Amino acid sequence: MLRPSIDSPAAYAPRSVGAWGWMPDSLSRIASDRSDGAFRRLFQEFGPQIRHYMMRHGADAATAEELAQETLLAVWRKAAQYCAAKGTPATWMFSIARNLRIDRLRRETCWQELSDEVAEGTPSEDTPPDDAASERQRQARVQAVLAALPEDQRAVVTAAFVDGLSHHDISARLSLPLGTVKSRLRLAYQKVRAALEDLK
Amino acid sequence: MSTPIRHHPDSATLMSFAAGALAEPLAAACSVHASMCAECRAELRDMELVGAALLGSAPAPGGKVAAPATPPEPVLSGRASNDRGGMADALPAPIATRYGLTLDRIPWQRLAPGVWQHRLTLSPGAQGELYFIKLAPGCRLPLHGHTGVELTVVLTGAFADAFGEYRRGDMQDIDNSIEHQPLGDRDEGCICLVAAEGPYLLRG
Repeated sequence: MLRPSIDSPAAYAPRSVGAWGWMPDSLSRIASDRSDGAFRRLFQEFGPQIRHYMMRHGADAATAEELAQETLLAVWRKAAQYCAAKGTPATWMFSIARNLRIDRLRRETCWQELSDEVAEGTPSEDTPPDDAASERQRQARVQAVLAALPEDQRAVVTAAFVDGLSHHDISARLSLPLGTVKSRLRLAYQKVRAALEDLK
Repeated sequence: MSTPIRHHPDSATLMSFAAGALAEPLAAACSVHASMCAECRAELRDMELVGAALLGSAPAPGGKVAAPATPPEPVLSGRASNDRGGMADALPAPIATRYGLTLDRIPWQRLAPGVWQHRLTLSPGAQGELYFIKLAPGCRLPLHGHTGVELTVVLTGAFADAFGEYRRGDMQDIDNSIEHQPLGDRDEGCICLVAAEGPYLLRG
């Protein structure tokens, strides 16, 4: 298998205007009119990013392409079920891609539930659904937090979320003590949590 | 009514679970805890926003991904919701469905007086171990240390050690700097799911 060169974590600094900004609207459109144009646009906009994510996990180009297609087909086929209660469309897409990666590339049992499975069915004590506008806000807030994250924290967060590295592997790759890896992850999450506090 | 959950995973553990970066057994324990803990489910949704933001901002070389000519038909109804572990004796859905087990049908293996274990099979190549442990009322595990992270989720009853008391749904998230001697609840004992990066080390 071809292993792509590893981009520097700095390359993952979120762009100031979120690439996902259009998504809640677009996905609701997919859910209602289900136009061929919306379908093609889904593949154009997000296909390359998901394929790249898979390649960072060691997939060869053909496998990565297949997994990107499979992710987007799942997004498309389930778009009718989508509602804001099930997480933002972006988190939904991320969780589908993540679960496929664990299943196909790591060949392990995937224990993460998809957000549509979590929110479905019997009412739970979970927080009631936010509307799409506030989901967009939440996504924007998180992007702002990530953009403002000190480089040392962003490197650790990127190693976990983009490269799927364990605490041990991050510690080895970045030559950091294990405790530092954990405390940087905690610090980054505290900032995310603080930024979302008033949107709960 | 379920009792409130007082002990949760470290947020660094939960972040890595959301990232899909935990070893399989540790992910299993987080999944079981989350199935019983609304607070952690909400935190996981926030953490997945981080993954979404990073995935969306990745530079993506290499041209288009081909879309099938015809969009497939939508799926209109999803799979039924999982049991949330609301019943006091039920094995939480994530583990019950994957292993086809119920609490009263776990094939226990006796380790010591008042201590039973059942090891769960992991995917080939997965790191670490995953097992149920059962302590009879008032029974104590011998003092032991750990060779990595150990996550314990209480499924029935309770146990206590120097760090506190752990009841149904609670997770103890400890690493190899910790030694402990868990004591099963005097009336109920306990059944726990334990996920470990490596074997435990008996002392003395």
